[in-house]
Amino acid sequence: MPYIKIDEARCKGCGLCTTACPKELVILSDTPNSLGLNMAVFSDPEKCTGCSLCAEMCPDVAICVFKE
Amino acid sequence: MKQVFTRPESLKDVQTHFCPGCHHGSIHRLVANAMDDLGIRSETIGVASVGCSVFLYGYFDIDVIEAPHGRAPAVATGAKRARPDRMVFTYQGDGDLAAIGMSEIIHAANRGEDITVIFVNNTTYGMTGGQMAPTTMPGQRTSTSPYGRDINNDGAPFKMAELLAQLEGVAFSARVAVNNPRNVLQAKKMIHAAFRYQVEKKGFSFVEALAACPTNWGMQSLEANKRVGDEMVPYFPLGVYRNTANL
Amino acid sequence: MSDKKTEKVFLKGNEAVAMAAIEAGCRCYFGYPITPQSDIPEYLSRELPKAGGVFIQAESEIASINMVLGASATGVRAMTSSSGPGISLKQEGISYMAGSELPGVIVDIMRSGPGLGGIDASQADYFQATRGGGHGGYRIIVLAPASVQEMYDLTMLAFDLADIYRMPAMVLADSVIGQMKESVTPNPRPKTELPLKSWVVRGRASGEPQNVVKSLYLGDGEMEAFHWKMHARYQQLADRECRWEEFQTEDAELIVTAFGSPARIAKTAIAMARETGMKVGLLRPITLFPFPKVACATLSERCKRFLDIELSTGQMIDDVRLSVARDAEVAFYGRPPGAGSLPTPEELFEQIRQNYQAPA
Repeated sequence: MPYIKIDEARCKGCGLCTTACPKELVILSDTPNSLGLNMAVFSDPEKCTGCSLCAEMCPDVAICVFKE
Repeated sequence: MKQVFTRPESLKDVQTHFCPGCHHGSIHRLVANAMDDLGIRSETIGVASVGCSVFLYGYFDIDVIEAPHGRAPAVATGAKRARPDRMVFTYQGDGDLAAIGMSEIIHAANRGEDITVIFVNNTTYGMTGGQMAPTTMPGQRTSTSPYGRDINNDGAPFKMAELLAQLEGVAFSARVAVNNPRNVLQAKKMIHAAFRYQVEKKGFSFVEALAACPTNWGMQSLEANKRVGDEMVPYFPLGVYRNTANL
Repeated sequence: MSDKKTEKVFLKGNEAVAMAAIEAGCRCYFGYPITPQSDIPEYLSRELPKAGGVFIQAESEIASINMVLGASATGVRAMTSSSGPGISLKQEGISYMAGSELPGVIVDIMRSGPGLGGIDASQADYFQATRGGGHGGYRIIVLAPASVQEMYDLTMLAFDLADIYRMPAMVLADSVIGQMKESVTPNPRPKTELPLKSWVVRGRASGEPQNVVKSLYLGDGEMEAFHWKMHARYQQLADRECRWEEFQTEDAELIVTAFGSPARIAKTAIAMARETGMKVGLLRPITLFPFPKVACATLSERCKRFLDIELSTGQMIDDVRLSVARDAEVAFYGRPPGAGSLPTPEELFEQIRQNYQAPA
């Protein structure tokens, strides 16, 4: 099952990744982190195809993608 | 399981100072990808300019020269002529390249210097707080055009990719955007092609990348991203305007 | 048996600068035409490519200083040249080079100003040259030739000092020295011990440190530390690299201070004065920065009267006054630039006569 990892040390909560996923599997969290940012979270790992479009969209290279 | 998307090696693993939703980070990554893919990182000298891109040396794991505002194409000319065996690129914003540096870019392009220029157009002066830029669009409000850019007063925005494509000395001139994944992937190809022009000694290459500046546009990052596609792309069309070696 | 390489040649001052640059290993010249120094880019456009170097007539003086910055950052000896208005344009680039600790040679063949001015000889860019002409607080090495031979030798010295001390160096001459023709011995490049340029940008191979050439210092205390470091380096320059000429100063009751063309004319006037029994000498600074303060001070321990002569309303006189003993008097005679502004030996002799006081 492909999956992504979002680096909390890099994510700035810009939300661009949420527009990229064709299946809308990345959303912004409801609760802000310690910097006051609503970070991106991987909401539904089951449906990920590893297309990497979210990672391509991220300006902070906060996402890495794993696939078989 | 293997990792299919990684940070390019040429891009340091550090948090950037760019605002959330700023497109500089994406463009930096695509330039780093080009360096990695072409295997030129250890031969590359970057020329940083003045603006939000001034911290280039903090993000690219390469040797860098800091140039005065607008002068990067001249500094790059000096470096490349002194060391023709190195890959030299500049990374400039719209104020740096199209305002104070207009003479330097036109002449470096006209001479056909064997350098690569990455031009980030976000229609504003980011670092200094959102003043009007040569690429600010008609009617766009900025801190120095509070009533909106008036073409009669300030002239029309410059279209640099088209302008430079007129010059014989230019081998490659293209405009890209990074506001959606399709455009990101196309931008990656164009930036790669631009660096390939230098690697293959085929002449001066130029890529204009449209970018969002949420902070100075007074927008949230998603709204700003949308403006790139809805407003900027129609005025600054994406595409390849000159490609003498058809790379 | 003549050594073909050091046979004398008859050259213009400007040409001597260009010839010396090539001999000194300069392989990049970027410049722009402006009277009275266009001979320099013209000569180099012809000869530098033959020596395997790069010549570009840039689009402006701004572009050319920035090309020098770029080439110098890669470790190559690079030079530019101009006159007043162009040197003003270069100040930003020179400031950046000083802030980035970059060597490089800037040749200023002074014309009159301010503004468009004229093309006649001037020394009124002394302040601009020696007071760190651009922003931020820095100095550059300034060498002042007074002959075509010195135009040659001091240009070579400029490259060496710039490399040793990692800062820009200027060759500052008035347009008469630039345009005049004299015999020159084209000395070979001196075998100076130069530091390794480990700081150059070269393409960072794996395992090597990243080299960045920049002048941005934002970290806490960084900028202050940089200023003190440069301050100490300027002191080193003052301790080690002052150069000057003394002419008949040993028993002088009046010492003329002058550089460049007026110094040459003063020598004739001094000879005339000596014939009438006046004991007059000349102190000719060759390094304007570092200014030969100690030499001035030493002379003023015995000699209490100085006459400063310049092609301006008085700029170097400030440095003379700052250097001499408190009880020494410094008189001034100036011929600001303008047609016919070069003083005659008779004119200077008259000034010497008026300012001379025989010992009691």
